[in-house]
Amino acid sequence: MLHIQYTDYEAMRLHGEETYPHECCGVLLGKSDAEGNHVTQLVRAGNTRTDSAHNRYNIAPQELVKIQRQARGLGLDIVGFYHSHPDHPAQWSPTDFAEAHWIGCSYVITAVDNGKAATTNSFLLSGTTEEDKRFVDQPVEIDVALSNQTKGKA
Amino acid sequence: MNIHIPTPLRTYTGGAETVAVPGGTVAEVFSELTSKFPELKQQLFTTEGKLRSFVNVYLNDEDLRYLPSKDATAVASTDELTIIPSIAGGSACCSCCPLL
Repeated sequence: MLHIQYTDYEAMRLHGEETYPHECCGVLLGKSDAEGNHVTQLVRAGNTRTDSAHNRYNIAPQELVKIQRQARGLGLDIVGFYHSHPDHPAQWSPTDFAEAHWIGCSYVITAVDNGKAATTNSFLLSGTTEEDKRFVDQPVEIDVALSNQTKGKA
Repeated sequence: MNIHIPTPLRTYTGGAETVAVPGGTVAEVFSELTSKFPELKQQLFTTEGKLRSFVNVYLNDEDLRYLPSKDATAVASTDELTIIPSIAGGSACCSCCPLL
């Protein structure tokens, strides 16, 4: 399960609308436990794939180092990542899978259709090594101010 | 020196996010690290002993790949090493997709 505040969930989707028709990307900071990954802070990142930003993203390692340092200072961990698929389904692609290396982390994808955020799905990268890794559909729990609603895959 | 471990690899360091390891060069530090935590070796290195392509290593704020001496670079106990797997992807179906 991915647990995320409503404001962060919406901020993630808004990021995808802002960068349309290019892919957006960012990092989810929080904590993990037996119930899943809990997001407490969203960090926007730049997409360095300017050569093909409409269907690829890459976060500069130097930026990741800074984000990881920021997380450490806050007592948080990197628990996931997000990016958008402009005019493409919110499903992981072979490229997403090949480039996914953070086992145990959530990979959130938002489909942005004609500039508007549509479906958002999360996939947990499971396994133990590069050789046996796999994406598993991950339910998303959006924590609204006074109540919780559970959002499964749309 | 301190080595910062990314979330997915903490499984192999007993949950530790930062590990203190002695060594005079980056290579020596890595050797110590993988001696202390043997399971890390296959996560970080290929069977030929090369750092896996998606594993980035930063000495303080410098990318190890761009340091003149690479892993023979001398380190001090106050330096920090950060291991950070790459983050990339996208809706493209494969690496050979046209960039249009």
